[in-house]
Amino acid sequence: MSIKPKNDAVSRTSLSVAFTVGLYGAAFGAAGVTAGFTILQTCLLSLLLFSGASQFAVVGIMGAGGSALSAIATATLLGFRNALYGLQMAPILKVTGLKKVLSAQITIDESTAVATLQENDVDRRRGFYLTGIGVYIFWNSFTYLGALGASAIGDPAVWGLDAAVPAAFCGLVWPRLKSKKQFLISAFAIILALSLTPLTAAGIPIITTVILAIIFGWRK
Amino acid sequence: MSSIWIAVIGSSITAFLNKYIGHSVPEWWLDRPRFKRINTLIPIVLLSALVGVQTFATKKELVIDQRFAGVIVALIALKLKASFPIVVASAAITSAAIYNLF
Repeated sequence: MSIKPKNDAVSRTSLSVAFTVGLYGAAFGAAGVTAGFTILQTCLLSLLLFSGASQFAVVGIMGAGGSALSAIATATLLGFRNALYGLQMAPILKVTGLKKVLSAQITIDESTAVATLQENDVDRRRGFYLTGIGVYIFWNSFTYLGALGASAIGDPAVWGLDAAVPAAFCGLVWPRLKSKKQFLISAFAIILALSLTPLTAAGIPIITTVILAIIFGWRK
Repeated sequence: MSSIWIAVIGSSITAFLNKYIGHSVPEWWLDRPRFKRINTLIPIVLLSALVGVQTFATKKELVIDQRFAGVIVALIALKLKASFPIVVASAAITSAAIYNLF
């Protein structure tokens, strides 16, 4: 069959993306418990929210003493991009009912990225589902292991977990910085958030930086 | 219900709504250049702000401690195109080493 080697390439890409990203789930699991979430709450975020950046934001803001509202608002804004991915995937997947619900749940950076790398709709669908389901399985398994591991240790600083969380955010933002302008906006956001930190409740300095996104995104 | 539970359930609901709405609305709803430009910048500003606050803030105070060293190492690892787990692990090891030695 001539289609076979192509399929294998799709599964290989999907699986390696799923595993690498899944490993990262351990860092999230550890971050959740370090921030004061129970193992159950940490695992529920991976099962239900299932979007890395938003999950890290929720535990980061709550762990710093922010309100539930600012955590939810930040996570929701970070999830906007998944709506755009859904928009992109819907005409390719053409699903309804329960299938649509499940497809929506696995509509994330990685599944959409692997799908868009393919050349025809059959491979796009394969790439989307294999990566989405693969990340879901690995991400959730490693979240649980990371949460278990972190709950077994006392002071998180002894294991460097206090630096693992900002490092995780670095890893999430880094691939998005593609131009000088974006680096500059990133620096502005850090400066704005840090200058607001002594003045406002935790969480507010983060969400306020959305103003920068609106200002710099308004015009081309 | 504790505020952590509210955050867990609330953010899970809005995350799913984001994803589901994308699969459901007509394309022209979201396919606007200005919305897309702002939307590209939103993760950049929020995640950058989180890098800053998680590195330097302890409650409402700004401090420079072992976390900063960890983040510097993470940035070097990223610059060298290291994979995510390596980035996080190298930051943790650096920070832990400084915390435990001094």
